[in-house]
Amino acid sequence: MTWYLVRRTGLLVLSLAAAGVLVFTLLRLLPGDVAATIGGLRAEPERLAAIRADLGLDRPLVEQYASWLAGVARGDLGRSQLNGSSVGAELGRKLQVTGPLAAGGVVVALVVAVPLGTWAALRSRTAVGTGISALAQVGVAVPTLWLGLVLVLVFSVRLGWLPAQGFPVDGWADPGAAARALVLPCVALGLTEGAVLLRFVRSAVVGVLHADHLRTARATGLTRGRALWRHGFRNAALPVVSVLGLQLAALLVGAVVVERVFALPGVGSMLVADVGNRDLVKVQGEVFLLVAVVLVIGFLVDVAHRLIDPRLREPR
Amino acid sequence: MTRVVLRRPGGVFGLAVLGLLVVGGVVSYWWTPFDPRAADPARAWLPPLREGHLLGTDRIGRDQFSQLLAGAGGTLVAAVASAAVAAVVGVALALAAVLAPRPLRASAVGLIDVLVAFPTLLLAMVLSAVYGSSLATVVAAIGIGFGVGVARVTRAELLSVLGSDYVLAARASGARTGRIVRRHLLPNVAPTLVVQLSLVMALAVLAEAALTYLGYGASPSSPSWGGMLHEQQAHLAARPLLVIWPGVAVAVTVLGCNLLGDALRDAGDPRAVAAR
Repeated sequence: MTWYLVRRTGLLVLSLAAAGVLVFTLLRLLPGDVAATIGGLRAEPERLAAIRADLGLDRPLVEQYASWLAGVARGDLGRSQLNGSSVGAELGRKLQVTGPLAAGGVVVALVVAVPLGTWAALRSRTAVGTGISALAQVGVAVPTLWLGLVLVLVFSVRLGWLPAQGFPVDGWADPGAAARALVLPCVALGLTEGAVLLRFVRSAVVGVLHADHLRTARATGLTRGRALWRHGFRNAALPVVSVLGLQLAALLVGAVVVERVFALPGVGSMLVADVGNRDLVKVQGEVFLLVAVVLVIGFLVDVAHRLIDPRLREPR
Repeated sequence: MTRVVLRRPGGVFGLAVLGLLVVGGVVSYWWTPFDPRAADPARAWLPPLREGHLLGTDRIGRDQFSQLLAGAGGTLVAAVASAAVAAVVGVALALAAVLAPRPLRASAVGLIDVLVAFPTLLLAMVLSAVYGSSLATVVAAIGIGFGVGVARVTRAELLSVLGSDYVLAARASGARTGRIVRRHLLPNVAPTLVVQLSLVMALAVLAEAALTYLGYGASPSSPSWGGMLHEQQAHLAARPLLVIWPGVAVAVTVLGCNLLGDALRDAGDPRAVAAR
């Protein structure tokens, strides 16, 4: 296990570096001159040179990359090219919205997918099972952003239970109001991701139900439910954990869209605005942060997989 | 294979939806009931089935059915072009990861592993930041993003075909790599590839809707399903129906692609059906 951890951590670091190179180079391809954007059309050449020197744009690319990476390692993602504010500090504030949103989305997805998926598997050849599967099929096809709009229509416009858009200006100072603002976004995000997860839960449980060891467990006198609970879920959890990792990544990206639908001041809204403004350093920091989170989740999922499945552990 | 697809309700539904999308999308380039971009303030906010407007009109009197049709054109281009890019990227990367000389092979595998973790929507946004938003940017991003996923599946498939006896026999009889690729590898991964591409099309339709909603993709003046959702969101309370149409269009299209993909998978693998 130790050796595996060392290898897997090495792979994580390599992937992070590669992702960094990717983000960095992609954004260096930007046509046009940032200095000209900041200095304006009539700036003298000396002024442009001064701006470039100030932003470090006159140094070789490798050097720029090295200094950016060193900054990232210190937790310093640089400063906005437009107004000089610290990218890291702003991201920290925005994460207070995006973090809970993604977490809530996962909770909703799990609450929907695990019980319904198991139920659909247990009743796989009945109307209930088929109905749940069909519902999941539709859920996968519905765009998250549209589901968000429909939820707003029903629960905000018609019923008036929850706010349609926005987030309290003072953030989590009033936890109740902040939580209420996140309910519909979390449900929109969680339902669509949950539909994908449900199909995997169902097929995993169906697979386990047909396994030999479960038949043996039944033969010892356990009911189907008890046999599944004691001997089945751990096996069924394996593929589901892998998919959940991928789902988390999808969820994080889905959050970008959902934040726009519900006008939430999170990382996604920030990213969309900065892409519009072509604020290179900020886009770079935001994209790298999101990709890094995805990679770290992948790492954690792989490690969790090893922990759940003793067959994968190396012989001592 | 076609017959097996047609025997399943999902396959028929999928083919029907795709057929509608193709016909609607292609026709919309020459004809729509009204000009989808033409504002007619005198006929703003018409309910459905009034004065020849099948689905009604919006805030400035644009015909919603015509907009939906024109949006189908954009969606069709995005879905087909993305799938084509994904196929090229996927097959090329997978072949490189299996057949190229060792150092190149290793870097292809590494590239696939890193790129798979790179969320497609983010790639699209970064590309939009760099090259400006256009349909081409969206197609490139979706095609490359999902193409890497296709590459991963195709690589696994290629490896298993490479290990088979008939490839060994072909090698032994002196066939060159190019001939083996053409005669043995590609035909054998084709069924998996077709299934993958139908799923990529579904994802592409969703991604295109999300991106045009966010304001990337084709210019705001050209009608798109995501753009319609964005425009109508402000009038959600007063005119809920106008938000319903484009959403249903996206959902039905994606559902069709997914069901077609499932039917194709079943058609290609009889064991999958038996295991259910």
